[in-house]
Amino acid sequence: MQERTNDGPPLTQPSGQIDHLAALYRQMFLIRRVEEESARAYALGKIGGFLHLYIGQEAVGVGAVAALRPDDYVITTYRDHGMALAKGMSARALMAELYGKATGCSKGLGGSMHLFDVEHNMLGGYGIVGGHIPLAAGVAFASKYRSDGRVTLCFFGEGAVSIGGFHEGLSLAALWKLPIVFVCENNEYAMGTPLSRTMSVEDVSMKALGYGIDRDRFFVDDVLEVEKRMAEAVSRARELSLPTLVEVRTYRFRGHSMSDPAKYRTPAELEDHKKRDPLTRARALLEQNGYGAERLAKLEAEVEAEVQDAVKFAEESPEPDPSLLAKTTYDGPFAA
Amino acid sequence: MATRVLRFREALREAMVEEMERDSRVFLMGEEVGHYQGAYKVSEGMLERFGDKRVIDTPIAESGFAGIGVGAAMVGLRPIIEFMTWNFSAVAFDQILNNAAKVRQMSGGQLTCPIVFRGPNASARQVGSQHSHAMEHFYATVPGVKVVAPAFPKDAKGLMKAAIRDDNPVLYMESETLYSVKGDVPDDLDVIPLGEAQIVRPGVDVTLVSYSRMTHVCVEAAAALEKEGISCEVLDLRSLRPLDEGALVASVKKTHRCVVVHEGWPYGGVGAEVADRVQRLAFDWLDAPILRVSSLDVPMPYNRTLEDLCMPQASRVIATVKKTVSRGRA
Ligand SMILES: Cc1ncc(C[n+]2csc(CCOP(=O)(O)OP(=O)(O)O)c2C)c(N)n1
Repeated sequence: MQERTNDGPPLTQPSGQIDHLAALYRQMFLIRRVEEESARAYALGKIGGFLHLYIGQEAVGVGAVAALRPDDYVITTYRDHGMALAKGMSARALMAELYGKATGCSKGLGGSMHLFDVEHNMLGGYGIVGGHIPLAAGVAFASKYRSDGRVTLCFFGEGAVSIGGFHEGLSLAALWKLPIVFVCENNEYAMGTPLSRTMSVEDVSMKALGYGIDRDRFFVDDVLEVEKRMAEAVSRARELSLPTLVEVRTYRFRGHSMSDPAKYRTPAELEDHKKRDPLTRARALLEQNGYGAERLAKLEAEVEAEVQDAVKFAEESPEPDPSLLAKTTYDGPFAA
Repeated sequence: MATRVLRFREALREAMVEEMERDSRVFLMGEEVGHYQGAYKVSEGMLERFGDKRVIDTPIAESGFAGIGVGAAMVGLRPIIEFMTWNFSAVAFDQILNNAAKVRQMSGGQLTCPIVFRGPNASARQVGSQHSHAMEHFYATVPGVKVVAPAFPKDAKGLMKAAIRDDNPVLYMESETLYSVKGDVPDDLDVIPLGEAQIVRPGVDVTLVSYSRMTHVCVEAAAALEKEGISCEVLDLRSLRPLDEGALVASVKKTHRCVVVHEGWPYGGVGAEVADRVQRLAFDWLDAPILRVSSLDVPMPYNRTLEDLCMPQASRVIATVKKTVSRGRA
């Protein structure tokens, strides 16, 4: 693996850049804290089902979404909390959904794996590996059909690269030149299986070659770098209506889901990655560039208050009413 | 006869291990079956025992490895293909429907397809609409495959051995919520033939027909109803295709009433099939319409209370039985 360090170059961009980085750091920190709180609530039995945390991968979602316009679309897997927050979902709506409450983004019907926020063009988290990739191509197809200039970002893990949905989605997007970016979040493990045991090549981005589309591949370390690299792919989609496959090398700090003790990797490997935590790096960069300890503390306190407020909101919110079930199954009269 | 207490997952594992020891053509393939020891620990220790030639971890490629299984079976191997859950078999549906179920007939009987597809089916706990499907209803409609759904460790073992030895595709439905259930398993248990239901609790007032985890719900309901003076006979189908018509008819001729209980939606499905057969074959013995207790007719919600509402519960079985037995007696 390529060497990585935490010492970034000083920010050379115009002075607005530091505030921009602070905004990105705020989002990453919010995601981290929301995830930690949801893990706690899960342990207390307040959240059920599967819970897949985004801890360690925050810079992928935050950096990628930073390269988008608000009207661009995002679509992802069950590991969707970070993406939802990055795209603008409130911590309240997210936490209430995890608690299964009526005030959750999907009224408590979807849960952790199925976060939707149509107002913010977050078109969902999906549970079947690869199933949402052709769906994302369909969303991009609609943008091209309507010439609305919008771009679709489709996220998935490296585990999805073996399934048909990935190949059919890419193949069609390439054939019809759709305005989409396929973002593979390569966190090295699909559940308990390392990439080396699921793919014949190590470089996921090579899959773009056979479809004749552009590709990119980089480490997640620096959220600004993620934004810059994603912006290139997004502009290719927006300006030229051409798809790109981007492989972002990342790492999840927790198990696959809450029930996975992650025995398949060594503590040393995990510690190694934690030393390169993009969240810590972004924070260090802010400090080095004179953001100021006071402002940083204020920002973090704000996030903390937002998270505590979200938990309280979720706790106190009502349960969804059974009458929702029929209403959300069909638009119009129930077709029994 | 000597017996041991085994958990459901251990019974399944024993059956696979014994069959792999007696027949080198049998192998296990699926996601996380080897190094990870099985997503639900059913195949724990099997990689160490048989090596990676016969316990094979796959990438996430259900259509691919289901097809590999069917192809290998056509030319003489006897694959056991694990779906991490049956929900993911939807991605491989084409391989099961168009290949596994068809090669024998398309080839005029030249080929057979001795393969087992297995994994946990139906709801787990709050895993939402995409992960809670009762897939047996889709598959049981397909001629060319057999469908099995046991409720107890003994049956899990005996039916798994039969499934592996069967020369047809057998779709074997387990349940995440049954894996830790314990039960007596006879030491000398061999195969339990496919297509034979069993009475797990005799009774005289109504027949409760079920399978897999819902058999346990029926037993619970029957115990509660007994206290109210209603005697339920619980018939555990074990196999859904072939379906044991004889056992169904014999029981209903005795009780004159029938309630079918299963997960999955009410539109069509195994319950509708049972109702059709019972009314055709035992019409003159029936004292009340056959009723069904199924999941509600909506995608499974995440919220716990709503999920409970959607799932067949003992309380709903009890209420339905009361409706059935009160008819004509009021
Ligand atoms: C078609 C299908 N098969 C299996 C699963 C079970 N499953 C859920 S997540 C997962 C691993 C996915 O790993 P990866 O794509 O690398 O994403 P990550 O979880 O690392 O974000 C598996 C096997 C599924 N959801 N869908």
